[in-house]
Amino acid sequence: MSVARRHVLSLSLGAAVSALCAPIVFGESAGKDILVASNQPGRSGGNLTIALRSEPKTLNPALASDASTLSVIYCMGADLIHINRLSQRTEPGLAKFWTSSRDGLNYTLQLRRGVRFSDGRPFNADDVVFSFQAYLDENTHSPQRDLLIVGGRPIAVEKLDDYTVRFHLAQPYAAAERLFDGFPILPGHLLEASYRSGNFAQAWGISMQPGQFAGLGPFRLKEYVAGQRLVLERNPYYWKQDSVGNHLPYLDEITFLFVSSEDAQVIRFLSGDTDVLSRFSAGNFQALERQQAGKGFHVFDLGPGLEYNFLFFNLNDLPAEKSPDLVKKQIWFRDILFRQAVSASIDRAAIVRLIYNGRAAPIATTATPGNKLWIDSAIPPAAHSPDQARQLLKAAGFSWRSDGSLVDSHGNLVEFSILTSSSNEQRAKMATLIQDDLSHVGMNVHIVLLDFEAMVGRLLDSFDYEAAISGIADGDADPNSEMNIWLSSGGMHLWHLNEKKPATSWEADLDRLMEAQLVTLNATRRKRLYDRVQEIVAEQLPLIPLVSPDVLAAAWDRVGNFQPAILDPNALWNVDSLYVR
Amino acid sequence: MTPRLKGWTLLLILVALHIPVLFAGFFAPYSFSQQNRDWSFAPPSRMHFFDSYGVFHLRPFVYAIEPDVNDPSGYMADLHQIEPIRFFVHGSPYNLLGFLPGNLHLFGIHGSDRVFLMGADAYGRDQFSRFLYGGQISLAAGIVAAALSLLIGTLTGAFAGLYGGWIDDAIMRGGEIFLALPWLYLLFAVRAALPLHITQWQVFFLLAAVIGLIGWARPARLIRGVVLSAKERSFVSAARAFGGSDFYLLRRHILPQTYGVLLTQMTLLIPQYILAEVTLTFLGLGVGEPMPSWGSLLSSLQQYYVLTSYWWMFLPALLLIPVFLAYFWAADALQEHLKSVPL
Repeated sequence: MSVARRHVLSLSLGAAVSALCAPIVFGESAGKDILVASNQPGRSGGNLTIALRSEPKTLNPALASDASTLSVIYCMGADLIHINRLSQRTEPGLAKFWTSSRDGLNYTLQLRRGVRFSDGRPFNADDVVFSFQAYLDENTHSPQRDLLIVGGRPIAVEKLDDYTVRFHLAQPYAAAERLFDGFPILPGHLLEASYRSGNFAQAWGISMQPGQFAGLGPFRLKEYVAGQRLVLERNPYYWKQDSVGNHLPYLDEITFLFVSSEDAQVIRFLSGDTDVLSRFSAGNFQALERQQAGKGFHVFDLGPGLEYNFLFFNLNDLPAEKSPDLVKKQIWFRDILFRQAVSASIDRAAIVRLIYNGRAAPIATTATPGNKLWIDSAIPPAAHSPDQARQLLKAAGFSWRSDGSLVDSHGNLVEFSILTSSSNEQRAKMATLIQDDLSHVGMNVHIVLLDFEAMVGRLLDSFDYEAAISGIADGDADPNSEMNIWLSSGGMHLWHLNEKKPATSWEADLDRLMEAQLVTLNATRRKRLYDRVQEIVAEQLPLIPLVSPDVLAAAWDRVGNFQPAILDPNALWNVDSLYVR
Repeated sequence: MTPRLKGWTLLLILVALHIPVLFAGFFAPYSFSQQNRDWSFAPPSRMHFFDSYGVFHLRPFVYAIEPDVNDPSGYMADLHQIEPIRFFVHGSPYNLLGFLPGNLHLFGIHGSDRVFLMGADAYGRDQFSRFLYGGQISLAAGIVAAALSLLIGTLTGAFAGLYGGWIDDAIMRGGEIFLALPWLYLLFAVRAALPLHITQWQVFFLLAAVIGLIGWARPARLIRGVVLSAKERSFVSAARAFGGSDFYLLRRHILPQTYGVLLTQMTLLIPQYILAEVTLTFLGLGVGEPMPSWGSLLSSLQQYYVLTSYWWMFLPALLLIPVFLAYFWAADALQEHLKSVPL
């Protein structure tokens, strides 16, 4: 009640009260603990089935990093402030409103009252404090930890009362509200014990019992059958309603089927086994588009998205005794001229034409054309010039034998392997095109296809690879979502992980620029900083950008409120308002 | 046709099927890795004798193709550009049998256009050329694997049959374990654990070795049967009585009786092992890009839109049928021949 009065007071006295002492207020009006969603009302009941490319690796939100795991966790958790994937703006989540201090260092969030976890236990500020403690703990090794480091210090959270928390930042932080999306609040009553005993990283593995789970999202864990499916059921305690008073979510259950190949997913979609299809190729889009008339489903092309595919080389520090061949090749990989030559040899237009049927865009840096607010349009498009590649290689000390094969300055043949996931048809095909492109400058490239989990193991754990093709789909259009890629200490600094300090001067520059843009509140200045980051990436090519595909989706007409968005999870972002007709 | 003539004819057909594969460099108009990125998924070239004006050409020709304005993924013929098929043209260089360099091709067309007898794949590579080169890998893998299987099978079956007792039991049970293991999953695990640097040759031999090693149990059983009956024959007992060692008995008397079985098994196993190689490569476990094998030619069919939009990608599967039939008929003829020859 007092909160409501404060809100009304600041509105009526707004003109008279000095700007210096009036707090900035966001969010919906106080007092309502149930969030009323703005979607079209639908009908309760029904089951949605969707396919996942791989099995989730964990159900612990602090450890999730791949798309399948994140899709499932998204449906089971709720964050304090949520980014609406369609409008790309923030909206209240578990925090019904929030205020920030004028200096931007303190954010006070008012939590919803009367909210319960999916096991019926009450939610309050203690859970928020615990959650952020777990996310920030270095022993947890959360891949998302870097997103919460501002000004070199982790953000601090304190409980003001049972339903009020205050976050303190070491420096003012641009787009601070967007921080909270993607950090679902964890149940202290279930996880605090394992956290205190140091076992938090082992908690909530994929085979956890449904009884051990509690979350604030629209769904809770019902069943997991390894190799087949994961089923979520409605969370009866979910804190949202639609505009006519129905409790959300509408769906009784969501079934995630594990269908590891995209083509199998397309076939199952066509046969009606799954209701929604996302993350599929332009070739399949073409085939589906031809069939959609009269069949009862529709396909959607949302235009360029935030995903970018890239080729990168292993620049990790490796002991020479254990992998002598790889260390010798890293001498080439570390040479900027070599990487630039590789980039100049690649025919990106052919990748767009042959692999994506034109439904993609070639990129010269890692910000994509879909990211209209942040892309640096001054960066020239990546040239396809084998001649320029040869000049760069010559300048780097390479030469060619009479049969055309490339040798380095010591006479070693330039050959290396490119690793990619066997389940991603587009990247496997990109590898074949790139192999052919590089053969025209004399490099002998082998392609190694491994299943996704084996590949991720080599990229992130054993570092036993030479080059790899992968892709990243940014969770948010804001540069802050890329912190853990560009920071030298970041968990997704793929080409060189576990750096104690930046290995090169340009990586030190990236550190400085990313940390600066993190705390710059002025939008123009922030854009300039991030432009510089994009320029460095385009010059130094730690990741050699290839193409950015369009976002494609399809759904049977029986799925109501289906509104795919460019931001991930593109088909399920509004899972709590999806229904079956 | 007498059975003997029939047998020789079938053998000749079998050999004739292998010649274009063995000399793929000459019979194929293009190299297996040459990408023609403007002709992605181009359909098979149609041969014409009459052009659009109704004029007859003695030399068959194809039209140059260009992207279809109405269908972004299709092609249309440019009726003004006639490309006659020429024979014995000079084209991309190759190494026949691995060491004889050459650049003469049986047929081709001049200029920058292409003749795709079996259409083109996603990268515009000629499927007909890739089919011939791919046959080298698939047929060789089948033959090498069959030879390996029969070698191991003969040795183990002979010892099992000759000595009997616990050796026989051990070998036969061992064989049963081999038959029962879930090889496909093991192979995927092995692939993930292999070092990144394997040359194509190493992959090929590994593939052939794996296929051959898995399949020794069945031939072993057959050879054991032959040896068991052979060792009871009177001339074998006589030789043993004269002091012949086990090794002498095997070499001189017993194994010669297995030759018929071995030969028939060979002709039966080769197509089975070719199919095994095709399956493994189809699933991604074989030789890597750009080296083709019949399995990798078919693997693009796993993609739904290829299956439904580009029918010519099926052709390698259809062409496997005559190859297998030739082997099976040769095996039949051989069995007939052996039945009529008293041992």
